[in-house]
Amino acid sequence: MKVTEKDVTDVADLASLELSAEERTGMVRDLNSILDYIDRLNQLDTSKVEPMAQVSDRYGVDESKPGSERFAGADRDDVVEGLRKSLSQEAALANAPDADGTFFRVPKVIER
Amino acid sequence: MDFSRPLAREHRPLNYMTWLTIDAARSAVQERRTTARALVETHYARIEKEDGRIGAYLTLCRERAFEQSDRMDRMAAEGMSLPPLGGVPVGIKDVMSTRGVRTTAGSKILAHYIPPYDSTAVARLEAAGAVVLGKTNCDEFAMGSSNENSAFHPVRNPRDLTRVPGGSSGGSAAAVAADMAVVALGSDTGGSIRQPASFCGVVGFMPTYGRVSRYGLIAFASSLDHIGPLTRTVKDAALVLRTIAGRDPMDSTSVDLPVPDYVAELEKPVRGLRLGIAKEYFGEGLDDEVRHAVESAIDKWKHLGCEAVPVSLPHTPYAIPTYYLIATAEASANLARYDGVRYSYRAPGVKTLSDMYRRSRDQGFGAEVKRRIMLGTYALSAGYYDAYYLKAQKVRTLLTRDFEQAFRKVDAIITPTSPTAAFRLGEKSNDPLAMYLADIYTVTADLAGIPGISIPCGETKEKLPIGLQILGKHFDEPMVLRLAHAYEQAA
Repeated sequence: MKVTEKDVTDVADLASLELSAEERTGMVRDLNSILDYIDRLNQLDTSKVEPMAQVSDRYGVDESKPGSERFAGADRDDVVEGLRKSLSQEAALANAPDADGTFFRVPKVIER
Repeated sequence: MDFSRPLAREHRPLNYMTWLTIDAARSAVQERRTTARALVETHYARIEKEDGRIGAYLTLCRERAFEQSDRMDRMAAEGMSLPPLGGVPVGIKDVMSTRGVRTTAGSKILAHYIPPYDSTAVARLEAAGAVVLGKTNCDEFAMGSSNENSAFHPVRNPRDLTRVPGGSSGGSAAAVAADMAVVALGSDTGGSIRQPASFCGVVGFMPTYGRVSRYGLIAFASSLDHIGPLTRTVKDAALVLRTIAGRDPMDSTSVDLPVPDYVAELEKPVRGLRLGIAKEYFGEGLDDEVRHAVESAIDKWKHLGCEAVPVSLPHTPYAIPTYYLIATAEASANLARYDGVRYSYRAPGVKTLSDMYRRSRDQGFGAEVKRRIMLGTYALSAGYYDAYYLKAQKVRTLLTRDFEQAFRKVDAIITPTSPTAAFRLGEKSNDPLAMYLADIYTVTADLAGIPGISIPCGETKEKLPIGLQILGKHFDEPMVLRLAHAYEQAA
């Protein structure tokens, strides 16, 4: 058993998930079964292998440039409303569960 | 339902709607043998009649469809040449944003979300004359291999309603298979275009990562997500890809390379091409009927003058664990945005902000999505990052190198798309690991970012479709399409 009930509770906290007691029990079972399978990765010696975060690491990279400049199009000039107009306030609030026409409205942040 | 498969000919009278292709639909509208409006009406009539049992669509957008079809009809009436997809009815997987049309990602948490903008792929299709009929059903946030994870209803396989259509683009595959759209867009993160295409007997094409803009695609795992077409013919896949491919300033990972004329490439000869056969894709777990169908297809290519060359992709057994660490880690970050504040579901009666986050997410997400958020958060958490996430990124390098080495010897690699034909609803839904293994032949291409197509290559004794997969080098879509087209024409 790699993952305990307490681990599940802690990870659910990190992920802002409220899991029922039943869900927690199922999660312990499922995560352990998946992680057991994932364990086979430890059969591989990767001490000399570079990690790959992006497919573009493997193609079309301009090695002569540093950092993110290596990737075509990764940066551009900072222009006001250059690529797409910003959403209007009305459009930006249209899908909100609660808004007052100017702001998103949420429950109290500070608990007393 | 009629599943006889004659291709609609360019000049067939257009009361004949079965198995319509892009060129057949467009030329019929262009030549005024029918109207784009009539095509849309026929498709909606069919959806009304059949989709109650199949469940391929979540939302229809009649107003938008008729507006576009009328525009095409006016062009045709004025004798103007229609754009390449003029009047062609299409379905869009419900993970792609459509301005003013509800986009749910198959999730309750977005059940009422109406995007204020269009995804680039959809905008490009419409600019090319395509008519969007509606949004197709899918596994929640594209997480699943059977479409049973849709928060609304499952999709059933049009060939056998007791079986799944595959996932996560199951609604798109079923719509194309059941004549409820001529073509559809899907997304593929671990096989979600190719596996449902194989289960439903249609063509499904995942292009190279970066070939098609992801702007407006609701993110699952950003380094793995691809958009691509589900179609009836390889030529239609080429036509759709030609339309949606190319650099988009709104997606910095979209690549600034010229888009070839994929349709022109189809007719190039295949004689002398070298096809890689990897033993790792024909081992334990592969159904005998699937194996036989794929081997027969390889014989067909040999007959056309291709050469079969054994290759090895030795890290294949590590693909699924690598995939489920990287995909879930990225998903846990991407899905953090569903907070009940800006556009997603908010639980009623919450007293504090943190209570609102937790309960909204708990009520809004389904079981598989929660499982993946939990796995991804665990893999990224302090103390486990190196052991899981970083390890997986390193194995991703090894898996990609396997392909790079194989492609020094061969032009393409042929594999089964899925180890079995379509399984039954409920068969794997209580065993997450068994479900993950349904993607065993497809996930590696997503990790490496190479293009892959699934095309039909026969049926099982129970008349279920079988699909084979052709994998190519980065940006070698022309090769993949050429081989697929040659097989399709010969078969």
